[in-house]
Amino acid sequence: MPERKSETSPRTLFDKVWDSHVVVGRANGPALLYIDRHIIHEGSFHAFADMRRRGLPVRRPRQMFGTPDHYVPTHARDSAGAASPQIGRMIDQFHDNMAWGGIRHFPLHDARQGIVHVMGPEQGITLPGMTLVCSDSHTSTHGALGAIAFGIGQSESAHVMATQTLWQKRPRSLRIVVEGHRAPGVTAKDVILAIIARIGADGAVGHAIEYAGPVIEAMSIEERLTVCNMSVEAGARCGMVAPDDTTFEYLRGRPHAPRGAEWDAAVAYWRSLPTDDGARFDREVRIDGSAIEPMVTWGTSPEDALPIGGAIPDPAAMHDPQRRATAQAALTYMDLAPGTPLNTIPIDFVFIGSCTNSRLDDLRAAAQVLRGRKAVVPGMVVPGSGVVKQAAEAEGLDRVFEDAGLQWLDSGCSMCAAMNGDAVPPYRRCASTSNRNFVGRQGPNARTHLLSPAMAAAAALAGTLTDVRDWIGT
Amino acid sequence: MQAFIRETAVAAPLEGRNIDTDQIIPARFLKEDKDKGYGRFLFHDLRFDEYGAEQAGFVLNQPAFRGARILVTDVNFGCGSSREGAAYALAHYGIRAIVAPSFGDIFYNNAMKNGMVPVRLDDAVVARLRAMLADTATAADRNTADDASLCATVDLEHTQITLPDGSTHAFEIDSFWRDCLLQGKDEIGLTQDYMPEIERLEASYAQRMPWLVP
Repeated sequence: MPERKSETSPRTLFDKVWDSHVVVGRANGPALLYIDRHIIHEGSFHAFADMRRRGLPVRRPRQMFGTPDHYVPTHARDSAGAASPQIGRMIDQFHDNMAWGGIRHFPLHDARQGIVHVMGPEQGITLPGMTLVCSDSHTSTHGALGAIAFGIGQSESAHVMATQTLWQKRPRSLRIVVEGHRAPGVTAKDVILAIIARIGADGAVGHAIEYAGPVIEAMSIEERLTVCNMSVEAGARCGMVAPDDTTFEYLRGRPHAPRGAEWDAAVAYWRSLPTDDGARFDREVRIDGSAIEPMVTWGTSPEDALPIGGAIPDPAAMHDPQRRATAQAALTYMDLAPGTPLNTIPIDFVFIGSCTNSRLDDLRAAAQVLRGRKAVVPGMVVPGSGVVKQAAEAEGLDRVFEDAGLQWLDSGCSMCAAMNGDAVPPYRRCASTSNRNFVGRQGPNARTHLLSPAMAAAAALAGTLTDVRDWIGT
Repeated sequence: MQAFIRETAVAAPLEGRNIDTDQIIPARFLKEDKDKGYGRFLFHDLRFDEYGAEQAGFVLNQPAFRGARILVTDVNFGCGSSREGAAYALAHYGIRAIVAPSFGDIFYNNAMKNGMVPVRLDDAVVARLRAMLADTATAADRNTADDASLCATVDLEHTQITLPDGSTHAFEIDSFWRDCLLQGKDEIGLTQDYMPEIERLEASYAQRMPWLVP
């Protein structure tokens, strides 16, 4: 049982944020934790039905923000363009629920609409030192700004709407230190895939991760968002990066960030948040960032990741019978044979998007590889928000994608969650910048290989998984 | 919420590490009306083929395990998506307790909110239990679901589980959640008793960190 440390002993970033949000502490068991921000999407209808059934109002609507993302069409900007009338009604019902609750929201035709985890940081809704929840597991993304941010279920979402709190067990702490420096052609996505491959899909269950070390410190906020996004794929409750000047420069002037004297007070407070020297973590993992190479997954769990120069592993060589059986089932589903070099695996489709990799820098990285070249397989590029889309178009990135033969679409979760009609056909193989290669994730019997935007772009040109460094001359 | 005190039921062994919530309920069913029941969607693409026929090999389709109300599975069960539909599907199907070495954190909470008890046990004990159940079902080629040799008892009051071989194992669950489950009690009502404390913290934020509480 992790103990609450006294406020005078050295504390971690997580300790400081958690301790300042405890409404009721218990020596043993969960604490009643105050929740500063609650972000909501159109999958939230069960929580609203619960609230209406109980006759409860939304207690603090100004601390909530909504935008539809999971089910929204990427070929249209109204609910009439949804994949089915049922989905169209869901999107309409979401807007009814936002009006009922008095909750600020960004509907489809608003440029601020986007994937919840792109929209929150972009609008300055997510701030250091906050607690933030959303009924989506990738809420861990927001920890990149120094917040405690985690995914919740519909029952917990209703609890937050009614009380602005949650009963939560304090997670254990895990610091992941990424040492050295990133080699050219290696992205934040490769760093997090390498981390998950190292610690496993259950490696951080019950833990809050703090990412630290020179590789993390040198990252932009967009890169840190990619790393924290996939914390949940290692099983973590949340992932965080200490706020620093990079964080403050990113947030300054964003629509919902504090202004004037309040901004100065906030920055002064945020500077006190990084982990104190001598603070103790329950676990620590050190990774040589200089040794990380462009990564790709071969199986049906994000932990099944290897450097692109590798080959499909042989389940027969695995000692543990459960691991062997799970790997064998994954290879059967993926239709891959042990020993096959990863860079010879042909692909049928490319997806560039998702809350992991749909921000402006992600699109720039993909466009840099594609510029002036032609994709040999079809693909979709889905920006993370209307704001990202406008910024990309202002730079002409849309032309680069379309000239290469890829579709340039409107923002949403799209083919990552495959709930909106954008899906990989059965038995087809997709090189995807999303976060989950689960069985059926991108459509029934669809096969997913996770990789970075630059690697996805290179795969589009090659028609196979390929090492992006061979295409950009590093 | 249905209270949970003690449950004796057939336990079904489900093999596979990191069984994610996409496997428990595929995304395409999440837009359905909860009042019509989610049990039919449970493990849909593992239970049924693309024409809707049962897949004979899936554990819950085997005669011995059709009436299972306890699921015995492997590490990190319920990882991935936060979809509470996974908990609805298990609960509506009739599952009352899930035994695994570890659970996805979000799923663990969602399960309890739907009246189910997540039982964390040592990896080796769970592996032995899965093997015991599979061997018993195969050896006897049983057609009845209520056979005591396939039954386990989850006793939440004494936080212990009794396996078909008679062995008992203690498990840990925070007393707060245990009390909620034992009484079938909802947290929202309980939390509302703390409203003065919540308001006090908000007032303190308004003084010190006004940007947190607009």
